[in-house]
Amino acid sequence: MKVSLFSTCLSDILFADVARNTLEILERVGCEVDYPMEQTCCGQPAYNSGYLQEAKASMKQMMKAFRHSEYVVGPSGSCVSMLKEYPHIFAGDPQWEEEAKAFAAKCYEITEFLVDVLDITDLGSTFKGRVTFHSSCHMKRLLGVKEQPKILLRNVKGVELVELPWEEDCCGFGGTFAVKNPVISQEMVSEKSRHVAETQAEYLVGADMGCLMNIGGRMEREGKKVKIIHITEILNTH
Amino acid sequence: MSIKIGEVPYKERIQKGIKDDFMRQAVSSAQGRFRTGRITQAEELGNWEDWRDLGEEIRTHTLENLDYYLQQLSEQVSRRGGHVFFAETAEEANQYVKDIILKKQAKKVVKAKSMVTEEIGLNKALEEVGAEVVESDLGEWILQLDEDPPSHIVTPALHKNKQQIRETFAKKKGYTGSDTPEELAAFAREQLRQDFLAADVGVTGCNFAIAESGSITLVTNEGNAEMVTALPDTVITVMGMERIVPTWEEMEVLVSLLTRAAVGQKLTSYITALTGARLDEEVDGPEEFHLVVVDNGRSKILGTEFQSALHCIRCAACINACPVYRHIGGHAYNSIYPGPIGAVITPLLEGYEDHKELPYASTLCAACTEACPVKIPLHEHLIRHRQIIVEKNMAPTAEKLMMKGFAAWGSNPSIYNMSAKMAKPALGPWTKDGMIENGPGPLKAWTDVRDFYAPQGQSFRSWFKQRQKDGGSK
Repeated sequence: MKVSLFSTCLSDILFADVARNTLEILERVGCEVDYPMEQTCCGQPAYNSGYLQEAKASMKQMMKAFRHSEYVVGPSGSCVSMLKEYPHIFAGDPQWEEEAKAFAAKCYEITEFLVDVLDITDLGSTFKGRVTFHSSCHMKRLLGVKEQPKILLRNVKGVELVELPWEEDCCGFGGTFAVKNPVISQEMVSEKSRHVAETQAEYLVGADMGCLMNIGGRMEREGKKVKIIHITEILNTH
Repeated sequence: MSIKIGEVPYKERIQKGIKDDFMRQAVSSAQGRFRTGRITQAEELGNWEDWRDLGEEIRTHTLENLDYYLQQLSEQVSRRGGHVFFAETAEEANQYVKDIILKKQAKKVVKAKSMVTEEIGLNKALEEVGAEVVESDLGEWILQLDEDPPSHIVTPALHKNKQQIRETFAKKKGYTGSDTPEELAAFAREQLRQDFLAADVGVTGCNFAIAESGSITLVTNEGNAEMVTALPDTVITVMGMERIVPTWEEMEVLVSLLTRAAVGQKLTSYITALTGARLDEEVDGPEEFHLVVVDNGRSKILGTEFQSALHCIRCAACINACPVYRHIGGHAYNSIYPGPIGAVITPLLEGYEDHKELPYASTLCAACTEACPVKIPLHEHLIRHRQIIVEKNMAPTAEKLMMKGFAAWGSNPSIYNMSAKMAKPALGPWTKDGMIENGPGPLKAWTDVRDFYAPQGQSFRSWFKQRQKDGGSK
């Protein structure tokens, strides 16, 4: 199966290991993976801030970059949910409407792709530790991917998965919200950090680096010892 | 009062909310109860999503045919001896009610809970013509005694705890009892009973008006709407023009969604229905009934991309699900309609100028959209508001410049590539052990609250290029 990796700009620039792990997992399960160098950002920072034209500039670039891909798979529920919105955003645009539909239809979040498309629930991974899982808002509510990451996590040998209290609550990142409304964001992320601490987990696992860097950054600031870890790092073990 | 509560600037309101530990404790525990209740009720029904679909369908159909149903309602109310008045503005609505009060020489007006009368500032208008107005919903009564605006659309005194309520009763009504809820409620009941008996006019809001029968219905847990509609000789119902359903059948669906979504109850203790005035052959009902249908900006929303905001049945499920609301409380929104639905409809009804921060008071986590029993895409409406604020040139200049930069960066792979290469060395001076504690420029607002992760190493694309050079995948 031919798959194009969508690294997300965040992982490409800040957390290269996340994209690397995603690539290696896809290759391990037999996919032929390419990485279109023309890809940039899904456009969400501009779109969610109300800058439609600026967002569309980036979105068009993304559609061009993946024009010839069969599947587009990336390690972020939030970024992939943005790609899935393109048909709605380009509705009525004679030049882009059809392309947006075709593009959205081939985009998947990595755990969704593994479980729903490839029908893989056990990657034979081993990871020792007590972990808790933060389900990111866009991944579960907009993309509708809820159980897939947990199914995969439960099948990792050595993992002790404990439930995060109020797991479904937003961590307070919200893209530009974190810097436009820092005071509210701080209260939200501090509450999330408290809930993580309650689980006494060693690792906070997530499928979105946006949320993880927000919660992890706050936990660092508070001197908490919990490490953040993207789910692909756990899955890409043997 | 109007929709806007006061003149305190946004940032101060947020600070005030966040520093109010009593309020936050009260809101947080109420949210926990309401959310758990809603989710339990949804699970018990089993097919909650089907119910939501049906709720959405009913609201969409009704709003698409609003003119037809309003006319039908008007005819039915008139046929049953009631008077109907369509008010385009708050002033027109208030004037109509004032005229009745003056004509009746009414001294005392008793009210059942109503958000639309808060919206139009009816109490103040009636006090201007010398009437004493008494709120009979327990939460509203507490707020009226305390001269405090509501902070929630279903439980308006949510921000107060029982100690504060006891103090209010003591100060304003000479209460000497304890702060047990039972004793406080018994005191309120005893006080309000006198008001019900003495009132010349009853004023209610309306949860759902039934077009087919000309009835208005009210949902309460205290039964006060029964008293307001049964005891005074004259009853006036004030309703937002969208608060209508075609028949009792749709009402049954929506009321089931409303009480479940609002507080996790299968039904409220009372559902009050009133159909017109007392006719000659009837034994009960008011001698005179007036229905005031308020537009006040609603018809401007019809036919726009925000039309579904009018589907709202005022259950507050979005408010109870909202993590932002939990931390800042209702008053921080500076609108009698707080939370996600408030952030959507307040700028629509009163304009952006006074409320331009509201669409940004959300992380777009979509907990509101998920909770809404009639499937209003609340977070999408918030994004649309943000777009309009940008279109109206009301966004900050620095943000506009940054977004121009974003467009150039996102649409041009060579600029993007350069940034991917430069990120690590550029952030080098601020980086210590892979973390940035005091970020420069736009990173500052981030690092004021939390650390920022410096780039791990080379960008993924550099690594990938290198790997291809080295012979591709392992």
